Amino acid sequence: MNRAARPRSPLAALGVILVAAALLVLPFALAQAGTAWVRITNLAILFALLALGLNIVVGFAGLLDLGYIAFYGVGAYVWAMLASPHFNLHLPFWAILPIGALAACVFGVLLGAPTLKLRGDYLAIVTLGFGEIVRIFLNNLSRPVNITNGPQGIARIDPVRIGEFDFSTTSKIAGLTFSGPIKYYYLLLVFLVVVIVLNMRLQDSRIGRAWEAIREDEIAARAMGIDTTSVKLLAFAMGASFGGIAGGMFASMQSFISPESFVLVESVMVLAMVVLGGMGNIWGVVLGAVLLTFVPEILRYTVEPLQKAAFGRTIVEPEVIRMLLFGLALVLMMLFRPSGILPSSARRREREGRQP
Amino acid sequence: MEIFLQQVINGLTLGCVYAVVALGYTMVYGIIQLINFAHGEVVMIGAMVAFSVIGVLMKTGMPPLLVVAAGTVVAVPACMATAWLMERVAYRPLRNAPRLAPLITAIGISIILQHVAMMIWGRSPIAFPQIVKTHTFEIGGALITNVQIAIIVISFTLMGALMFLVYRTKLGVAMRATSQRQDVAGLMGIDINRVISATFVIGAALAAVAGVMIGSYYGQTQYTMGELLGLKAFCAAVLGGIGNLAGAVLGGVLMGLVEALGTGYIGDLTNNWFGSNYRDVFAFIVLILVLVFRPSGLLGERVGDRA
Repeated sequence: MNRAARPRSPLAALGVILVAAALLVLPFALAQAGTAWVRITNLAILFALLALGLNIVVGFAGLLDLGYIAFYGVGAYVWAMLASPHFNLHLPFWAILPIGALAACVFGVLLGAPTLKLRGDYLAIVTLGFGEIVRIFLNNLSRPVNITNGPQGIARIDPVRIGEFDFSTTSKIAGLTFSGPIKYYYLLLVFLVVVIVLNMRLQDSRIGRAWEAIREDEIAARAMGIDTTSVKLLAFAMGASFGGIAGGMFASMQSFISPESFVLVESVMVLAMVVLGGMGNIWGVVLGAVLLTFVPEILRYTVEPLQKAAFGRTIVEPEVIRMLLFGLALVLMMLFRPSGILPSSARRREREGRQP
Repeated sequence: MEIFLQQVINGLTLGCVYAVVALGYTMVYGIIQLINFAHGEVVMIGAMVAFSVIGVLMKTGMPPLLVVAAGTVVAVPACMATAWLMERVAYRPLRNAPRLAPLITAIGISIILQHVAMMIWGRSPIAFPQIVKTHTFEIGGALITNVQIAIIVISFTLMGALMFLVYRTKLGVAMRATSQRQDVAGLMGIDINRVISATFVIGAALAAVAGVMIGSYYGQTQYTMGELLGLKAFCAAVLGGIGNLAGAVLGGVLMGLVEALGTGYIGDLTNNWFGSNYRDVFAFIVLILVLVFRPSGLLGERVGDRA
């Protein structure tokens, strides 16, 4: 079934226009509350990009990848090495983006090729090990040849520049003041829309259906003539490239990266977003990313002052609350609503007991 | 040659700890095919509880050995309770769910345990009190401390005790029956839930002792210590053949040796391109190699769907 070809009702079209308008005005509204909130929104979009990439692997193809953050790291480091004083390279945006995606994709295939005959939980642990290996190398490849600059990380990374247009500085366009974070917001929003559309098209494509078949029953899928190995490899490669692109954006936005940003906990965090929102459901995954980025921040602004007022000091640090939230999200969702807040259509069918 | 012997001794010590932890993984996997991702955190809790008890008792002027023993005696039930609760809350309700579901809750539990521990014991590494006086002995030019000897002896005693439990007691028969075929074991009058709980609890008791041993060996603990230790022990269990007790012991010892020798010689072998800072890589490389070339592990026999 081709979802895009279905005629939309005028009401749905109106809804889309309203949401689009709200998203366009959003950063200016947020900026009233403080630029910090625009930055948090940007982070939420970045995580949504990451979660959508992981969703291809976990949600569509049903392969649990616990080392996903490695691809994000590869993308970020490629960007940092090609656009910073570290190697004195300053390649343009359009050159780095595909290189970063390709590098992450290569790593995805490198990981996938030897491990894809493994199933389920074993694959999870191997991907986790792979993630750790990448992190250890990022941490240590500073000698004898300095490639990653070790634990100090790489600083002064170039912002995104398209022609003369610099995304990190404030500029006035048509009488409106666009600060750096606001500009990045629009850039990320474009990325997000593109990735969402790509994901929707992928899901409805022949490959998407092959992924779904593998997720539900690999042996049956093979019997139906699906080349399971290459289709799974494709899931890994595509998920990895999306992760690489998100990593590149992260590096340019933060202008500083170090191996600390690419630890196991981050992989778990992205997984929590996918699980919370609903594995396999694109909108669910975006919702999961937004919720798990914003709720901890909101708690940070409420729980800490509350504690200070009540006990005179901070007893539970916001960072701890954040992590406990991720842990609880994973446990509680699996126990009570394993299909997530917004279950994917296949899962919904399962729950209603209908045949597809 | 002295360096080689020294690394073998260090590797053996470390390997014994890995083996004790790996037994916990392999028992749980053998019985319900679950990677108990939070097992490393149980080790950490064991180390932390022992640390607190030792810290209190050492001021009373009790003999050091007794203090450490008391710390262990308190840590063991603490870990058993943690594991029992964990199984009850996060794994039992999901026993018939798709296989990835309990793995995901296990990851969640592990994150929760880590951060609860961080709230209690703080963020930074804490020095594990070294109250037992260290004596060093020399064998063929290499040095071995009494702590290392104690770790090796205690580990092998525990492994022996576990073997006895599994192969010579009624509970052991029930465990083995359950691991072969749960529903049939149930028909034979075995209380499956009790056996599975017991498996978790026994594994946790071993983990607690491992926690105290690794704390005394390295001289420090931190809320994150369980993560890497647990992963390496899991790799060891896979290397030996998951679900196989002797395999876990063999895998653990081998993993310790690989890590110690690898760390000791990687500099010389690669012309100092790579140094000892890569020590944590070895376990994962071994894991990937085993899973690619011999997914059943060294002593495991079951392959196919399981792997």
